[in-house]
Amino acid sequence: MALLNINNLRIEFPSRHGTVVAVDDVSLNVQPGEVLGVVGESGAGKSTIGNAVIGLLEPPGEMTEGHVLLKSEQIDTLSLEEKRKIRGRRIGMIFQDPLTSLDPLQTVEQQLVETIDLHLKLGEAKSQERAVDLLRQVGIPEPELRIKNYPHQFSGGMRQRVVIALALCAEPEVIIADEPTTALDVSIQAQILELMRRLCKDKQVGMLIITHDMGVIADITDRVAVMYHGKLVEEGTTEKILGNPDHPYTQSLISAVPRPDVRLRRFPMVNYIEEEGERTKDLDLSTHWLGQARDFDAVEGPLLSLKNLVMTFVTKPAFLKRNRIMFNAVDDVSFDINQGEVFGLVGESGSGKSTVARMVCSLYTPAAGEVNFAGTDLTKIKSQNELDYYRRQMQMIFQDPFSSLNGRMKVLDIVAEPIRFHKLASSNQEVEQIVMDLLDHVGLGAQAAVRFPHEFSGGQRQRISIARALATRPRFLICDEPTSALDVSIQAQVLNLLKDLQEELGLTMLFISHDLPVIRQMCDRVGVMKMGKLVEVSATEDLFENPKAAYTKELLDLMPRLDKLSHEGLELEDA
Amino acid sequence: MEQAIEKSRLQRFLDGDLWHSFKRNPVAIISFIVTVIMIAAAAFAPLIAPHDPFNLAAIDIMDASVPPAWQEFGDPRFVLGTDDQGRDIFSTILYGARISLIVGFASVIFAMVVGISLGLISGYVGGRTDAFIMRIADIQLSFPSILIALLIDGVARGVVPKEMHTDLSIYVLIFAIGVSGWVQYARTVRGSTLVEKNKEYVQAARVIGIRPLTILWRHVLPNVMGPVMVIATIHLALAIITEATLSFLGVGVPPTTPSLGTLIRIGNEYLFSGDWWITIFPGVALVILVLAVNLLGDWLRDALNPKLR
Repeated sequence: MALLNINNLRIEFPSRHGTVVAVDDVSLNVQPGEVLGVVGESGAGKSTIGNAVIGLLEPPGEMTEGHVLLKSEQIDTLSLEEKRKIRGRRIGMIFQDPLTSLDPLQTVEQQLVETIDLHLKLGEAKSQERAVDLLRQVGIPEPELRIKNYPHQFSGGMRQRVVIALALCAEPEVIIADEPTTALDVSIQAQILELMRRLCKDKQVGMLIITHDMGVIADITDRVAVMYHGKLVEEGTTEKILGNPDHPYTQSLISAVPRPDVRLRRFPMVNYIEEEGERTKDLDLSTHWLGQARDFDAVEGPLLSLKNLVMTFVTKPAFLKRNRIMFNAVDDVSFDINQGEVFGLVGESGSGKSTVARMVCSLYTPAAGEVNFAGTDLTKIKSQNELDYYRRQMQMIFQDPFSSLNGRMKVLDIVAEPIRFHKLASSNQEVEQIVMDLLDHVGLGAQAAVRFPHEFSGGQRQRISIARALATRPRFLICDEPTSALDVSIQAQVLNLLKDLQEELGLTMLFISHDLPVIRQMCDRVGVMKMGKLVEVSATEDLFENPKAAYTKELLDLMPRLDKLSHEGLELEDA
Repeated sequence: MEQAIEKSRLQRFLDGDLWHSFKRNPVAIISFIVTVIMIAAAAFAPLIAPHDPFNLAAIDIMDASVPPAWQEFGDPRFVLGTDDQGRDIFSTILYGARISLIVGFASVIFAMVVGISLGLISGYVGGRTDAFIMRIADIQLSFPSILIALLIDGVARGVVPKEMHTDLSIYVLIFAIGVSGWVQYARTVRGSTLVEKNKEYVQAARVIGIRPLTILWRHVLPNVMGPVMVIATIHLALAIITEATLSFLGVGVPPTTPSLGTLIRIGNEYLFSGDWWITIFPGVALVILVLAVNLLGDWLRDALNPKLR
């Protein structure tokens, strides 16, 4: 008998639109000292399993079949009071966001000592000793002093260490960790995972770690269970699942993970996931509206040239200008993008990369510098009508597919808006035909036009965004983290689509991302930004093989290593 | 095939959460029915009312102060009795509710138009424009709204020539109540606009080149209307009460066009002489109307924003 057994678990969420089966006939077991990873995309039911084990299933969800055994003792049938006693005492929990898992009004000491005393009944002095000892074990320097601090006085990584200490304080037999590192930076993620793995081995604790991230799986787990639509599709040792998966879903999931080490021509095998089909209709671009000759001026030299761009934000507003406190979000940035090129801009959050994009498309007015597009400095243009001519040539795809579409408008009107505004078609009938062709072209199907955005998934919404951006027949496309809100398989589909469109239409792109592997797949040249400054611009392959700036090296070192992942079926880009 | 996918507005409404929540809430259903009945009764007053209280020829002073029909000396022609001039109370309530509702709806719409416009501009433009509009709102909020309505009414009486008082008084009343209520809308809309204008769909519209006024009208306005509808419903009840209060104080509609408030005032003078029906029945009608509208507003608020509970 294993430490933790989950047998034939079935969890249903009844709703007035019918019952949703979140988890369907799932059996798992965890041995002492073992790390079991549960991996899957959003909606796969992986978190629901974790919640069911600790007895915190959100209503109206209920376990309709199966049981959970902890050391052969059935725990899912216990009363609420008994379940509460098991939680924390025998099953520890680590949640995603370390800020919300700690009480901001209590010091770390109060929280730890209270929990230890409650579960182990050691008395105050002994509990305090143990609390300090725990903080030392999870790697917090000077634990005797730090224990007096409040949660907000710790950094994100340190705070997650405190959460781990809190999970460990009653010496639980099993730990459930739900996306424990998703809210953390990559560098801290590696340390936390190492810590969790070591503690698990030392104390012979069984760990169930729930994540969507193949990097985490590769780093920490012994065995992996792959979930898809509530079902367990495959289970096995980490080496086997990552290196030689049997199930087609696992294969497609692994092939969709962007690799830091190689550049692919396209992501293969991403059709397993039931999105709406890939291209349903190909357009003959030589005759279709979308491919027709555009009335744009021909350009010599780079299409976009930024010169000494500066953007300042007010951090402390005041009525008088001289009392305001300013902050340079973008500081003296210059680079060129040639025609037909995909230029990547990479950097951590707050590095100013999105601000650059917003200045290029005139959403922000730069404090200083030039935005030269097709030989014209856009910052000098005062008339809106004159600017419209340039706006038509450049469009933007936004990060969040849930807020980038107006929920009160039909997809038809959303995609038609730029065509109507710029009067690119002569009749309403023609507009509708163009919209339907566009929707077809991005793989949604023309029927999508009469529906509302909320009827679509994140990936489909991003396709609508792309269709809207193409609707002005632009020659320059700005993609601001276009896939960071999407699941990995959907991300692969959207990246494939962007690549195809770029080639077909000869688009020039500014591609912004914090994700280096994605940058490697998409871009010809890359600029690296740090705190508003551009620290390096190199051809993509050069950047990955021979980084020049120290900061670039640092970023590259922090990338998750995915060497264990199967390379089967990948088409590499010709060097 | 497209027709099959495209749902009609009615179908989408019937599938929606709002209708679902309405169906399961008896209080909402009852208050909705009561509101609809009262509005219909007021709207069709000339058809329903047994007497015309404005037709001087039909009023007989001999019928003055007749008690309700079931009481001693009651007259079956006057179910709820008559007032001091012989007007049928039931008919007068119907006509009075009409004035009350017209003033209520009109002043709510007036306040909505002013409040939403200023709120949208304030939130979208920001900076000094925002500061200016919001400071005015703050100043107005530091006075009780009834005082502002009284003030506007008083000023209007001073400015408008005397012979036009009777004709204009209802418009003045609408203006006064409307102006005293715009701040609520402006503040709510400004708050929602601040959130919406930073959403990416607004930025996408700006990248296309859409002009600010079109963005406000087509993109922002539909997305900030939810909370506005809630305030409007609750404000309607408040506007009806304010109208009644002003009329009770004698600064509202002239006594020749009785609203619920004027009726209560007229009855108030006879309350201690035993003619209780003149004031009680219009009072009860006012309470029922306001309560129904208010409960409807409460339900709407809970249904649209479950977190506010």
